[in-house]
Amino acid sequence: MRKHGKVGYLLLIPGMIWLILFFVIPFYSLVATSLYDPNGSVFAGYEMTWEFSNYVHALEDYWQPLLRSFLYAGLATLFCLVLGYVLAYAIAFKAGRWKNLMLVLVIAPFFTSFLVRTLSWKLILADDGLIVNTLQFLHILSQDGRLLATPVAVIAGLTYNFLPFMVLPLFASIDKIDHRLIEAGGDLYASPFVGFWKVTWPLSLPGVVSGTLLTFIPAAGDYINAELLGSPQQRMVGNVIQNLFTDANNYPAAGALSVILMAIIVVMVLFYVRRAGTEELL
Amino acid sequence: MSALRWVRTNLVLILGLLVLAYTFVPIAIVILMSFNEPDSRLIYKFDGFTLDNWLNPCADPGMCEAVARSIEIGLLTTVVATILGTLMAFALVRYEFSGRSSTNLLIFLPMATPEIVMGSSLLALFVAAGFGGSLGFGTILIAHIMFCISFVVVTVRARLAGMSDTLEQAAADLYATPSQTFWRVTFPLVFPGILGAALLAFSLSFDDFIVTNLNAGTTTTFPLYVWGVAQRGVPMQVNVVGTLMFVISIAIVLGGEARNRARTRALREPAAMDMPPPVTAPRS
Amino acid sequence: MSQVADPGNATDADGAAGSAGSSGGGSGLELRALTKEFANFTAVKSIDLDVPAGAFFALLGPSGCGKTTTLRMVAGLETPTSGTITLAGQDITFAKPYRRPVNTVFQSYALFPHLDIFENVAFGLRRRKKSDVDQQVNEMLELVELSSQARKKPTQLSGGQQQRVALARALVNHPEVLLLDEPLGALDLKLRRSMQVELKRIQTDVGLTFIHVTHDQEEAMTMADTIAVMNAGVIEQMGAPEELYENPRTTFVANFLGQTNLIEGKITGRSGDQIAVDMHGIGVSVNANRAHTDGGEGWVGIRPEKVLIGDEGESLDAPGNTIPGGVVSDVSFTGVSTTYLVRMPWGQELVVFEQNTGRRKLFRTGDKVELSWRPEYAFLLDRSQDASAGAQTN
Repeated sequence: MRKHGKVGYLLLIPGMIWLILFFVIPFYSLVATSLYDPNGSVFAGYEMTWEFSNYVHALEDYWQPLLRSFLYAGLATLFCLVLGYVLAYAIAFKAGRWKNLMLVLVIAPFFTSFLVRTLSWKLILADDGLIVNTLQFLHILSQDGRLLATPVAVIAGLTYNFLPFMVLPLFASIDKIDHRLIEAGGDLYASPFVGFWKVTWPLSLPGVVSGTLLTFIPAAGDYINAELLGSPQQRMVGNVIQNLFTDANNYPAAGALSVILMAIIVVMVLFYVRRAGTEELL
Repeated sequence: MSALRWVRTNLVLILGLLVLAYTFVPIAIVILMSFNEPDSRLIYKFDGFTLDNWLNPCADPGMCEAVARSIEIGLLTTVVATILGTLMAFALVRYEFSGRSSTNLLIFLPMATPEIVMGSSLLALFVAAGFGGSLGFGTILIAHIMFCISFVVVTVRARLAGMSDTLEQAAADLYATPSQTFWRVTFPLVFPGILGAALLAFSLSFDDFIVTNLNAGTTTTFPLYVWGVAQRGVPMQVNVVGTLMFVISIAIVLGGEARNRARTRALREPAAMDMPPPVTAPRS
Repeated sequence: MSQVADPGNATDADGAAGSAGSSGGGSGLELRALTKEFANFTAVKSIDLDVPAGAFFALLGPSGCGKTTTLRMVAGLETPTSGTITLAGQDITFAKPYRRPVNTVFQSYALFPHLDIFENVAFGLRRRKKSDVDQQVNEMLELVELSSQARKKPTQLSGGQQQRVALARALVNHPEVLLLDEPLGALDLKLRRSMQVELKRIQTDVGLTFIHVTHDQEEAMTMADTIAVMNAGVIEQMGAPEELYENPRTTFVANFLGQTNLIEGKITGRSGDQIAVDMHGIGVSVNANRAHTDGGEGWVGIRPEKVLIGDEGESLDAPGNTIPGGVVSDVSFTGVSTTYLVRMPWGQELVVFEQNTGRRKLFRTGDKVELSWRPEYAFLLDRSQDASAGAQTN
């Protein structure tokens, strides 16, 4: 039973002020920045000219990295889903008393620096490293083929780095499934595969939805993997935005691109959640 | 049981363990490379074994400085974000107020927004407010606190929601004033959640790159340092720091687990059969 | 409607009447016009209650009747919408729970998981800054036979043990009134039975006023000196268990405590202390002091164990109250007794319990029988009340 009175508001206010000041208001600044006259600069100042053409130019110039980002993030999310589901399923159903330990192991790699472990991938996927040599031996790669500086490396890096964001929500959802429901399915003549598809999978959908969202969204905006493991051909929209800010000093373009990225993500998420929501009801 | 059958029965578990192994390979590399003596700064591969990196961790100029900066920012962020977030969690779970769904949305959004967008908007704000030239420690701190609050709220809220408020009613029934109820009942029970949230906030802050990169000015944190040297040649001491982070975190987590298990084991006795108290013996 | 509790058997044989801790204030608990309204319904509708000091008092009723809300208002965990609560002469209606000399044993026990048993029990004493905490706690742990578990945590104890800790934690503070919110609900049958006896014993030993909230009528009747039956926010009837059982005043009370037969009847005359009723053509009589209606019609109530069953024409020990024409429609032999359902000429099935004394024959389905009962056991209830009110559905 919740308490009434003003105390609730008092407790909320400090945090809310911080979030409003430094999360909500910055969005307005971002949108405003995206409408500045691109002919200004950080030093000289920008003029607000409601320059909607910034958006047009941003799309014209950078639609490729934009699309590429969604493609890479989508593929990475898919791989994370497959790998993550296997892992979450194994922990939930087969781990017994090692459950907690295995969960710790899932997030353990993330106790070290994101950048440092991505550098490790540079080593793993190096031109004369074990993986490349094996793939060349198996003729999957040509004799002078590489993995670094290819989309494969970038997607592999993304998949690796965002796996826990997929595993934890999946696990939370799968763990809650009542085992008796699966037994009931078996009792009603479902083979293990059918049982999985008709009972386990639908019941784990909430976890699938949150896991995919928590993976896809940050992955779409990431640029570390692309920078360290890829080449300029694999530039993602994150790289572009970063460069527009720091190297080109073109704040309005950077702002416009950020807003576009955010808008697309919001639309995709709404569409996805609504669709996944109705599927859940079915 | 034949080998094939064994594989089939345990297929899922084997696959799971394989995936787990896959996540650890890069860590193993980090640890390995911390003992590496590179032939060339530019080519990142294992050439020779050495303890040098561990003995001279601060050999490369700027790295220890960056680590110190990250720790400073991390500690301050942890303190502020944990306080702000814990207060909000209490409000959400224990108090009635209007605008609950908007509040929940506002808390959820930072966790779901791509870092590049958050970083960009903060930069836009700072520039618009005239701080474009003074980006640094302060702006980094502001940014980190901002995105840590949500995680603290979610963590503490989960812990608090799991704690029935009947306990607080019982305390009041037993003559505890509201202040006594809070410090003697509520706080001790919520504390593990607050502690977990603080650790989470620290690691989020320490390891943040994208948002920090946009708002750092000339200040360097550890992730920024690594980014900087990635092009010029990475000193192996970076892997020393990576290994240390890993070892310390694992130690904290496993230590906490071990402490919990030891405590329950020490006090556990077979729970006595529920014996009805003897009814016949009269009391004098 | 003001109800005053019967004095009952509040003082025990040892003469340790009155609460051990209260300094002579024992004038008990008084609720006057106590009301609790929530946003969309009223839980407690202006009830009046007097609980004498030292009594074992039960608040009995189905879930949702308002008994727990009433208890919480006495504890201070719920604020009344209107009305007053007076304890030992003091108005405590709006006093904070930590300022009332009242303690509660919660349904879920609410033991503090981070404190061991000793500290749990000591909690109230420490808040009140009592001096001989150790001694009092140890004595109390001995009373509930948990001295050996003093240093364990609540999660390491069984349900019954936790329940005793909750009791000890409340009792050690010697409150004016001890409130128990369905404390035995989570225990299995055997344990519940023995705890009922144990609680009663402790109450008579310690001499405190206990208010026990329950939906289990057997429990209430076993333990309490006085029962108040609540339904939909009002008190239907209050009194000693026997009085409520033998002479219920409403159909709800009649059905809620045990089982009853309710037969429609028209009142044909009132002469002196007898009321004549025409029950589907059969004339029966009811004592005037067991008639609780003024109207021209009523429900004739008779408990199944009071109904005598016999072959047609067999003379039964019930002068003037023979009801012929019954046909046995169901027989349930339960060892101790046999339950008969007998279909009467007007279509109603009456319930008859016959104790298995071995001297009577066992009737079979289809047998033609006569029923009768001694008129002094019958009661008469208001015809406008629902005949199924309070009936427990299994």
